[in-house]
Amino acid sequence: MSQLVQSLDLKNRCDVMRNIVTSDVIVIGGGLHGSSTAMNLAKAGAEVLLLEKNYVGRHASGVNAGGVRTLTRHMAEVPLSLASQQIWANIQDHVDDDCGFEICGQMRVAEHEADVKTLRDRLALMQSKGYTHEEWVEPADVCKMIPSIVPTIKGGLIARHDGAADPYRTTLAFRRKAQQYGADFREGVTVHQVAKRNQSWWVDTDAGQFQSRVLVNCAGAWADKIAAQFGEFVPLKAVGPMMLVTTRMPHFLETVVLGTSRPLSFKQRANGTVLIGGGHLAWVDRNRDVTELDFHALSKGAKTVCELFPHMRNAVISRGWAGIEASMPDGIPVIGPSGVEENLFHAFGFSTHGFQLGPVVGQIMKDLILSGTTDLPIEPFHISRFS
Amino acid sequence: MFKRLPEAQAEVMVNPVRVTVNGMEVVCRNGDSVASVLFVAGILACRDTPVKGTPRGPFCMMGVCFDCLVNIDDVPNQQGCMVLVKPGMKIERQQGLREVQT
Amino acid sequence: MNTGTNYDVAIIGAGPAGMAAAISLTKFGINVVVLDENVSAGGQIYRGVTTSPLSAKPQILGDDYWSGQKLVKEFLESSAERIAGASVWAVSQHTSGSEQSHFEIGYSVNAQSNIMHARHVLLATGAHERPFPIPGWTLPGVMTAGAAQSLLKSTAIVPSGRLVLAGCGPLLYLIAWQYLNAGVKIEAFLDTTPKGRIPNLWPYAFDFMRSPYFLKGLKLVREVKANVNVIKSLSGLVANGQEKLESVTFKSASKNQSIEADHLLLHQGVIPNINLAQAIGVTLEWNDILKCWVPMSDAWGNTNIERIHMAGDAAGIAGAWAAESRGQLVATDIAYQLGKLSLAQRDISVTEHRKVYARATRGREFFDRLFQPAQAFRRPTGDTVVCRCEEITAQQVRETVKIGCTGPNQMKSFLRCGMGLCQGRFCAVTVTELIADERGVSESEVGHYRLRFPTKPLTLGELATLPQTDESISAVVRLKKPV
Repeated sequence: MSQLVQSLDLKNRCDVMRNIVTSDVIVIGGGLHGSSTAMNLAKAGAEVLLLEKNYVGRHASGVNAGGVRTLTRHMAEVPLSLASQQIWANIQDHVDDDCGFEICGQMRVAEHEADVKTLRDRLALMQSKGYTHEEWVEPADVCKMIPSIVPTIKGGLIARHDGAADPYRTTLAFRRKAQQYGADFREGVTVHQVAKRNQSWWVDTDAGQFQSRVLVNCAGAWADKIAAQFGEFVPLKAVGPMMLVTTRMPHFLETVVLGTSRPLSFKQRANGTVLIGGGHLAWVDRNRDVTELDFHALSKGAKTVCELFPHMRNAVISRGWAGIEASMPDGIPVIGPSGVEENLFHAFGFSTHGFQLGPVVGQIMKDLILSGTTDLPIEPFHISRFS
Repeated sequence: MFKRLPEAQAEVMVNPVRVTVNGMEVVCRNGDSVASVLFVAGILACRDTPVKGTPRGPFCMMGVCFDCLVNIDDVPNQQGCMVLVKPGMKIERQQGLREVQT
Repeated sequence: MNTGTNYDVAIIGAGPAGMAAAISLTKFGINVVVLDENVSAGGQIYRGVTTSPLSAKPQILGDDYWSGQKLVKEFLESSAERIAGASVWAVSQHTSGSEQSHFEIGYSVNAQSNIMHARHVLLATGAHERPFPIPGWTLPGVMTAGAAQSLLKSTAIVPSGRLVLAGCGPLLYLIAWQYLNAGVKIEAFLDTTPKGRIPNLWPYAFDFMRSPYFLKGLKLVREVKANVNVIKSLSGLVANGQEKLESVTFKSASKNQSIEADHLLLHQGVIPNINLAQAIGVTLEWNDILKCWVPMSDAWGNTNIERIHMAGDAAGIAGAWAAESRGQLVATDIAYQLGKLSLAQRDISVTEHRKVYARATRGREFFDRLFQPAQAFRRPTGDTVVCRCEEITAQQVRETVKIGCTGPNQMKSFLRCGMGLCQGRFCAVTVTELIADERGVSESEVGHYRLRFPTKPLTLGELATLPQTDESISAVVRLKKPV
């Protein structure tokens, strides 16, 4: 019997006998952030139980564009992003899988003078803060790097050490490594209610009751429901960023291309397929895990691609989909301890750009939970900014 | 090897439709699909797969298997079984990685 | 209501169910459009019935085929609009440009995208061959029996090399019989119907003997057996060859046998074409007799989504005759939902359709059980290709279950199986069964690929030029005359 159980009073010990599963830490949500948190905690010796309502990587984590991007992040995210990039560079050592990660650079392209100004202003801001990972690229050099782009392109802002990885494979790799370290993953388990009683967390699910000392809310597009149970109301919106993928094409693109004033994320994968995203949104029903693609919006995205890359007109779209992601009104996530409860922590709301942050967020959560503090500046992400 | 039954052959004689298949002229029946013309022309494989370069030919003849993809009049990824021949049509084998016109 | 791109009912598919429904609906004065991905109406079963070069020799294809002419004629002469060559890639509810009460259908004709709106959508998308994963089934020279039959019906083109037929089910005997009528030589007919089933099927035998297919079927089978080398009780079926089919090997009567062949026609039944239905959100259920996924609909063809209806083989395999009467029945209910008749009138109107449907489906229980494909041909092992599009093998799928991909969607994300252009039509049932096999659970529990629009591929250029609501009026291609 674990130490936690032995320390319980008689009533609670009886509860345990009645098949209530206990753990030191319970993580709610089996996306990348939950799996990364579980992995880092288990690696440090903590007893971790992760509860996932569908299967690991089912939602945003498994179906995003896989962008491993430091480029043009919100200022608050930059230090975290740069720290995460260090982990990505050695991801194989961390999770025994290269996750399909390739360093190919990410570039925001300027279609017109207004875009040029936007990007140049950004560059100036970064330089003033001492950041050097974003660089201006002259139009001629953009065309040299990306021969298939429309020749009227006006330049670009590049982060050369950015790249892309396989999102589902990455999430799965973190999960498997976590399990190797002893973490317990339960899929198909939906959390209904969470309550604190006598210094421990009681989690009621459709698969029984679970108990822990620490609770971590990594519930993605449903995280507000968990937070609300403690009076921590967050204005989270469930959104469905849409993706299209083509059939395999001969290689014409190494860099990931992003739009500046128009939503676009455009990438050719190693297998030759081309991924088109950028942020046009589907209709979402988060209660039934259902999305419906909005073809009028997709049409706008297709138009953007065809204007920037004219040869893509004949590209064959073989599939489309939309993930269910949490969007916060200020565009940055909630990371950190609860504002009202002890031993409750949050990591959610990544607003369609959480994938690259997954590795570092797991480390941050581990540090917060096991040592009460983290080196990285997470104050801007505190949940209390919404109250 | 495939052949036309006499009834179809008779229609070809009366109202031939001429197309080229990989540069070679083939006389067809008005109403033939591109895939059927390939078969009659002695071609079993119309493309190579983009994954392993394996040769493939039409499999379902009803537009759901996507194995019959060919290049028609310089447009790739056409389902041969769903397109009917037209005079002067240019039909070509589709190479492994699906070519896209620049 | 009709303003060009707004219809009361849109029917997807012009096979017997779609055509019969269209005819019925027009009789109620309902504004209906039929989106047919083929150039000529008739679906698969009546493919080419208006254009076949074999019309002068009806004895080759047989009466059942030619009986479709009447239906097609009536359909083309009705006031139903027909859009030929229409590839439907989406049916949206929540993101449509129009009022909430209409579905928005995205489709392409001649590489041009279009949209239209309809209050009700009837999915009459029929069926396709079920996968028959044996080693070498992807070789040029191997195709489905249905494919060969389409070729025969539409173009009167037949195999002229060494021909082998393999599989089970009435369609295989039918094509063999049609080939005999056309003078095509068949080297061997390898009947994979698992033996020993008939004694267990006696509870259903009486109904089967009263079925419309019984006597016809017996006659057909007798003729084939008298003229073709039919081999039964076989296992280990393999298609061999390097760049194309060269021989077919198998084991029968404890002997390894080999037949040199240029053509192999495979068939082990047909399964509903579910992709559009599932992408719309229609619930699927696993049919354990037919071993396939079937979209759920009630006796009236209603699904879990209001105003999405299903009829014909897409709603459950029952054959052409049943599809026709079901199409009429579903149309009558749609007419009721549109306020054209009262509930009482509806119930009376369908009495005859119900009777015909009952007669047409008599004996199916026997049929379906007798011809259920053998497990060995549904759950392959080793290097046998499972996902044809992405060239994923049975071994890869089985091994991936062991590393934690316990469902088809995780399998898809990890291995790419099901991500090809066929959207799982030729691998979904196999993948579900393989996962069930590895996990020791039911197919129902394993589940199905989560399918999405576009149901058929379209180019980025087509999507980029998707018209907004009113522009599509001028771009629509309509065909009302027989082709």
